[in-house]
Amino acid sequence: MDARRGSEATPMKNRTTVERTSERELVVTRTFDGPARIVFEAWTKPELFKQWWAPKSMGMFLRSCEMDVRTGGSYRLVFGHDASNPDEFFGRYIEVIPHSRLVWTNDEGGESGPVTTVTFEEKDGKTLLVMRELYPSKEALDAAGTGAADAMSETFEQLDELLAGLGASVGRS
Amino acid sequence: MVQYARARLDASFAALSDATRRGVLEQLGRSEASITDLADKFHMTLTGMKKHVGVLEQAGLVTTEKVGRVRTCKLGTRRLEEVTAWIESYRQLWDSRFDELDEVVKELKRKEKVDGRKKRE
Repeated sequence: MDARRGSEATPMKNRTTVERTSERELVVTRTFDGPARIVFEAWTKPELFKQWWAPKSMGMFLRSCEMDVRTGGSYRLVFGHDASNPDEFFGRYIEVIPHSRLVWTNDEGGESGPVTTVTFEEKDGKTLLVMRELYPSKEALDAAGTGAADAMSETFEQLDELLAGLGASVGRS
Repeated sequence: MVQYARARLDASFAALSDATRRGVLEQLGRSEASITDLADKFHMTLTGMKKHVGVLEQAGLVTTEKVGRVRTCKLGTRRLEEVTAWIESYRQLWDSRFDELDEVVKELKRKEKVDGRKKRE
């Protein structure tokens, strides 16, 4: 079973791919070095989920996380450093098959939210994870993308301002 | 303005939804090529390749120039950047999440071993 090559200490980083497979769907894939039951656990136990869903490197902060992982159960995630201005995401699990499949709705955006399907496929002790986000229409997906693009250009504008400000203060001193 | 930007994005996504067209973009990223070159490389008829290049051209992802009897294609990079920008930022978010998830998986595997719950694979 442990017929591994000697250097377990240098694992290769697995690649995350994203593809728009149709007008309405985005697909994310990634392989994890562990069995499906473990990867599934990390997606369905709040105390584990909290450890990775809001990566520090992205400046995200998950304030609270409630999840009732069973068919028909609901979830609610609250983001944000500022308690008075929280960013909430919520929906319902519409399919839960232990260690292999999770499907949930994203209801915070009303009717335009996607349905997310995550599948866990184990092979040789590794798990191929495929996450599909299916939007109700092409327009809804485009709007999500355009929203992201707008948010990004806004971030760059803020950075420009910050840099301009720094330049000015350096000039003054 | 917003409408215009969105229409351009739409055309670009439609163009990118096809594997051959993505392959053509990759190829043109390495060097410019004639339609005949591309047709050969992708084992297609000249007519088929002309269609694909036409779609890419309309989306602004490729520009072509006819010199004599040869039509040369090259990347029209600016718009490609526009499309890939948000997909890339989306990918980065998931990539950072999954890097952290790797750590969680590693830790759970370690715990399983320690707990001696080593079941058959």
